[in-house]
Amino acid sequence: MEKLINEFSVGLFFWQTLLFLVLLFLLKKYAWKPILNAVNEREKSIEDALNKAEEAKKEMAELKSANEDLLKEARVERDEILKEARTLKDKIIAEAKTKANEDAERIVASARESIQHEKMAAVTELKNQVAVLSIEIAEKILKEELSSEAKQSSMISSVVNEIQLN
Amino acid sequence: MQGKKIFKLLLFLLLITPSLTIASEEVAKEENSVKSEIKQDIMHHLQDAYDFHLFTDKTTNTHYGFPLPIILWDNGLHVFMSSKFHHGEAVAESKGNYYKIYHNKIYKTDAEGTLSMDENHHVTNAKPLDFSITKSVFSVMLISLLIFLLFRGFAKSYKKSHIPNAVGKFMEPLVLFVRDEIAIPNIGEKHYKKYMSYLLTVFFFIWFINLTGLTPLGINVTGNIAVTFCLALITFLITQFTSKKDYWKHIFWMPGVPVPMKFVLAPIELLGVFIKPFALMIRLYANISAGHIVLMSLVGLLFVFQNWFARGAFLGLTLFLSIIELLVAFLQAYIFTMLTALYFGGAVAEHDDHH
Amino acid sequence: MEIPAIVGAGLVVIGAGIGIGRIGGSAMDAIARQPEATNKIQTAMLIAAALIEGIGFAALFAV
Repeated sequence: MEKLINEFSVGLFFWQTLLFLVLLFLLKKYAWKPILNAVNEREKSIEDALNKAEEAKKEMAELKSANEDLLKEARVERDEILKEARTLKDKIIAEAKTKANEDAERIVASARESIQHEKMAAVTELKNQVAVLSIEIAEKILKEELSSEAKQSSMISSVVNEIQLN
Repeated sequence: MQGKKIFKLLLFLLLITPSLTIASEEVAKEENSVKSEIKQDIMHHLQDAYDFHLFTDKTTNTHYGFPLPIILWDNGLHVFMSSKFHHGEAVAESKGNYYKIYHNKIYKTDAEGTLSMDENHHVTNAKPLDFSITKSVFSVMLISLLIFLLFRGFAKSYKKSHIPNAVGKFMEPLVLFVRDEIAIPNIGEKHYKKYMSYLLTVFFFIWFINLTGLTPLGINVTGNIAVTFCLALITFLITQFTSKKDYWKHIFWMPGVPVPMKFVLAPIELLGVFIKPFALMIRLYANISAGHIVLMSLVGLLFVFQNWFARGAFLGLTLFLSIIELLVAFLQAYIFTMLTALYFGGAVAEHDDHH
Repeated sequence: MEIPAIVGAGLVVIGAGIGIGRIGGSAMDAIARQPEATNKIQTAMLIAAALIEGIGFAALFAV
């Protein structure tokens, strides 16, 4: 301890304090502040750049997902439209089919009806013809049968017989 | 690349200095005189000097180096060059006063340079106030200037681009090291900024000074108690003057312990306040002095031994210890800065989270 | 017979040496066990070593 105190030099202490404080002041002003500021600034700019990159990445992802959503929506819409078209087509076809059926039926029915009518007309005509023919024949037969008196009396008798039988 | 070159140069110098001196000292045959001479040399090296002494040619007894100004306050300013003392052998005269160097201290004497001693061999002559530019002061000036120019250039290079110049590329990681490994963990994010200038200055100052102590110039600045005292004192003052209420509370009325313990702890804590900077001062001083003593002793042993094998072994050992000292130079700067940051951290800490 | 103060200082230095050695050894063990905590362990080690060193110096300069 005594050696230390003995060794202590006031002059050196004075100069060291003075020089060190001057050095501290000068370095603070001309070195540490600019250096630390520059380092801080650079660190901040790096951080900013990283943040920005991150943000851009996020935005890209968002954009991508938005695109995908849009695509999905479009697909759904297309499917819907297709579905609608299909149902419409089916409906139209069905409608057409029923209408055609109906028409056909109607035509067939009317045909049948007209056939019936024709048939009836034909039958009636045929009946009329037959009737006319029958009358003519009957006339002829009658003329033939009733040409003599005898024949007319036999005839009347047979008819009378027949009536009695009834 | 630059650092590697400098390192190689340093190694070369370390290798060549002892070997050159071996050749010239070969003549010195008497072992005892060599030993005492080495001892004297070491003691001389550890002390501050009034001139910048590089080496001495013993055969012609000429000293190589240059004188430094002596500044004395003795009822008036006395300024003269140290060459007037003729390396402590002559009495210097200035404005009618006579001064003589005895055991590395300047005393006021008469024209013949007579020194009066008391019974304990202490000089009783008056001592003028000594503000001389000694070897250490001169070295501090030079190194401060070097540090300032280096770091100013480094700081300026940021104006041109984000990438610093060559000095900056080497120093910037160290600046960041001080900030991220020393300041922030020990002081905390909140308060570290106001201490950065001091921490950086003290770190680079001590480191540079320690490194120059390893050059063959024979500078020993941080091995001076006045220098380390100054640094420790500044740390102590900053700690006390920037401290918060909690710091004093933890010294005088430690929370969370029983009341009788508080009375026991208070003086211990108060003592600790002074012991901490004292330990800082002693640690740096002792480590650097011890490093210089060990290195110089090993170099000295090269001259004591006549055996070439032993000399080779000691040369290797000297080389190894020189590299260790390079590490110590950095380590001491680091420890000084880190403990300083730790004390600052204690001064500004807010302990509301525990207790 | 009076024991010289330097012997006491020597004893303190031996103690401090053992202490610092133990700190270093323990720190090595800790680093080996948890290499990711190397920085923290180193800092704690240096602080502890520095404190013991202080005691050693106090003894040396008390002589």
